[in-house]
Amino acid sequence: MAEKTLMKGNEALAEAAIRSGCKCFFGYPITPQTEISAYLSKRMPKVGGTFLQAESEVAAINMVYGCASSGIRCMTSSSSPGISLKTEGISYIAGADLPCVIINVQRGGPGLGGIQPSQSDYWQVTHALGHGDFHALVYAPASVQEMADYVSKAFDMADKYRMPAVILADGLLGQMMEPVCFPDTEIKMSDASNKPWATNGHGHKRPHNIVNSLYLKPDQLEDIVRDRFERYEEVKANHSEAVVDYCDDADVVVVAYGSTARLAKSAVEQARKQGIKVGIVRPVTLWPFPVQQIKDACKNAKKVLVVEMSMGQMIDDVKLAIECSKPVHFYGRTGGVIPKPAEILAEIKKLGGNL
Amino acid sequence: MPDFKKPHALTDAVMHYCPGCTHGIVHRLVAEVLDEMDIEGDAIGVCPVGCSVMAYDYFNCDVIEAAHGRAPAVATGVKRANPDKFVFTYQGDGDLAAIGTAEIVHAATRGENITVIFINNTTYGMTGGQMAPTTLPGQITQTTPYGRNPDVEGFPVRVCEMLSQLSGVALAQRVTVIDPKSVNEAKKAIRKGFEFQKNKQGFSIIEVLSTCPTNWGMTPIEALQRVKDEMIPYYPLGVYKEGAIR
Repeated sequence: MAEKTLMKGNEALAEAAIRSGCKCFFGYPITPQTEISAYLSKRMPKVGGTFLQAESEVAAINMVYGCASSGIRCMTSSSSPGISLKTEGISYIAGADLPCVIINVQRGGPGLGGIQPSQSDYWQVTHALGHGDFHALVYAPASVQEMADYVSKAFDMADKYRMPAVILADGLLGQMMEPVCFPDTEIKMSDASNKPWATNGHGHKRPHNIVNSLYLKPDQLEDIVRDRFERYEEVKANHSEAVVDYCDDADVVVVAYGSTARLAKSAVEQARKQGIKVGIVRPVTLWPFPVQQIKDACKNAKKVLVVEMSMGQMIDDVKLAIECSKPVHFYGRTGGVIPKPAEILAEIKKLGGNL
Repeated sequence: MPDFKKPHALTDAVMHYCPGCTHGIVHRLVAEVLDEMDIEGDAIGVCPVGCSVMAYDYFNCDVIEAAHGRAPAVATGVKRANPDKFVFTYQGDGDLAAIGTAEIVHAATRGENITVIFINNTTYGMTGGQMAPTTLPGQITQTTPYGRNPDVEGFPVRVCEMLSQLSGVALAQRVTVIDPKSVNEAKKAIRKGFEFQKNKQGFSIIEVLSTCPTNWGMTPIEALQRVKDEMIPYYPLGVYKEGAIR
């Protein structure tokens, strides 16, 4: 590993994208993800890549669709209102089995909402990222280092399973600075050499390739969707990730992701010092959701506490994961308000002192 | 006398277009140009929603089906990934001049080095003949049953005139395909568009005044006559801009 650099989460993610071979970036300005565009507009021309500011979020995701069709690694980034605009294109990308990476540095909503950190796009990203039956891979980093590490993983997994991958960050992770390390590898832009399906000109060496999501015969469309869902099953079986701490003897298990998990973990550690048996599970992949890890972590718990920067969205999946086998409580702040560790600790104490 | 053969750049698939629709002619012209310039293997077509959405079955080059109106953005992504390949879009009037207005204007003003084939038949053919941005004043469609009234529905968009104002445009030309002479002119314009692209000279758009006998409620012959009598007076043929931008 190279030496540590102090970087903002957005910048670390952008640098990691380049180091993952991302050759083209298409974006549109929106707070709080702007540093990604600013960084890539400086770096891309120097490494032989392309930075292009699109006329809209809609155009940006469709540029990604075209570039991904060509078999080239590409990325777009936005924040909540902009992601809503991209959902049409994301659905087409999923329907055409194209790999790409999409960044959502979440802010408060609905509507124009605010520009402070939020986690209120969980439902959208995991359950309805566009019309139709499909999923995207969703990674929820919790540090600047993970912003870098998971963008790289997202590119690999998107390519492997030919599906869109999302990094679900928030304004806190995007804007804060932490030390970060990048692997000491040479920057190599991606090409289409291992993508025989790419529409990059057949050169009279193969039949023409078609990138398409239109199937007018219901039986054919059903078969294609079923095939895709078989691939999803493989992803679900092998690629869910969660970090579990202090859960073996825990009476109360806290479930939180992203930056909220950092805050919740310090509350859990304070509670432990005060003698409360509490643990924490941090889902790292939100799709596939780490069902088994949560089930195992909550096995001996009497109560579960879900903490989110929203009115409670992931809580639904936690209840499903443990099959509503025990009470699931919720603590959340929304609108851009960040929950304080002391608030979370108070919630833990309420549950821990009342077993 | 040379043999009249199907161009290599067209597949053997039977086209689904209605009798008297001019899509078939324009497909053929594009394919002939791909053949004559020997660029089928280096070409990528982008065909968005509309009657020509299934053009991926008809063109032998690589083809991407795109969302409604988004072809110029998709083509931009393809072109930025592969600057040396030939990228063309094939778009209808509802697609290009209504839902995709932002995408076409910005691809044009960026001077995106692509070729746009724009089919203007003054209606939404695929969905059954609704008012298009290019529907003429007074024209009866499914959604203008009393005729398009500019006081209510506004005026038709003249795309070549509009785009010719943009610095990124190397070629903006309006043609039609209603008789052998105009078909030859149309082919020359399409060829010119691809030549501009070959020389990396900027954005090119060829607007083709086309027929939709089915939704116009006309015979194919009447439809060709309508292009001449009603469309050309509102949408004059000709070159609106020509010259390399770079």
